[in-house]
Amino acid sequence: MPFGVAVFAIAFSFGVLARPVMGSVAPIVMSVVVFSGAAQFGALAVLTAGGSTAAAIAAGVLLNARYAAMGLALAPSLRGKALSRAAFAMTTVDASWAAASVGDGTFDPWYMVGVSIPQYTGWVAGTIAGVLVGPRLGSPNALGLDALFPAFFLALLFEEARGTKRLVAAGGGAGIALVLTPLVPAGLPILAAAAAAVAAARVKA
Amino acid sequence: MTAIWLMIAALALATAVLKLVGPLALGGRPMRAGAFAIVEMLASALLAALVVVETFGHGRSLTVDARVLGVAFAAVALWRRAPMTVVVVGAAAVTALARLVS
Repeated sequence: MPFGVAVFAIAFSFGVLARPVMGSVAPIVMSVVVFSGAAQFGALAVLTAGGSTAAAIAAGVLLNARYAAMGLALAPSLRGKALSRAAFAMTTVDASWAAASVGDGTFDPWYMVGVSIPQYTGWVAGTIAGVLVGPRLGSPNALGLDALFPAFFLALLFEEARGTKRLVAAGGGAGIALVLTPLVPAGLPILAAAAAAVAAARVKA
Repeated sequence: MTAIWLMIAALALATAVLKLVGPLALGGRPMRAGAFAIVEMLASALLAALVVVETFGHGRSLTVDARVLGVAFAAVALWRRAPMTVVVVGAAAVTALARLVS
């Protein structure tokens, strides 16, 4: 399963980079209970740059706001009692949600679970390995792990930014963040980029 | 350290709520069209912001260093439809190599 390898590598670098900032236990617990690459890396990026915890939380929540839209799309495909619908919904991650899309607007919930389980396993195992091995690696930057961050975000963006409106949102978000980085405290440029989403939503596609 | 645990709890809770709000609370009722349109755009805007800040940011200043080469590799790899593993591991390898030779 090629995607499992990528998930392990990404989680590994999360463990390596998060340990100096968050300690040994917190990164692993975070991978177990949050299980979201975008939110975890986004929050860590804000903390590493010296941003506040509040800004880190806000960045993570805004990055994961897409789950609300994904959940709305998924909802009609989930049957049964509320508890069972909730259980299926909780397994949603980007890759499994996309993989479970049948193509006519509906989803195969069991297929989604089947993709999510190896992803979860790889994510938690990779984080543990990163936390444990990280201190023996020397400088994470010598391994280029600081470039793995933006490469991962770019990969997510590449999947996400389809269509004119999303490209406008992406271009606007990048521009806002570049302009604001020298001007305001760390973390805020990422949050301010949300303004580009509000603007792009008004663009006629 | 307490702040870190608070952050983890808040993000775990918020992520769960965001995943569940569609299938449970809305119960088939549509979200207000305007709000839905903005939610759909948020990920693109924030991911693009993270790409540029993590590529060029150095504290509160902007720099061009070896990370740019790694991210450029990632962009070409994505464009050529390379697997995710190649994209992220390759980006790190290119950056590490550039630092080694410079």
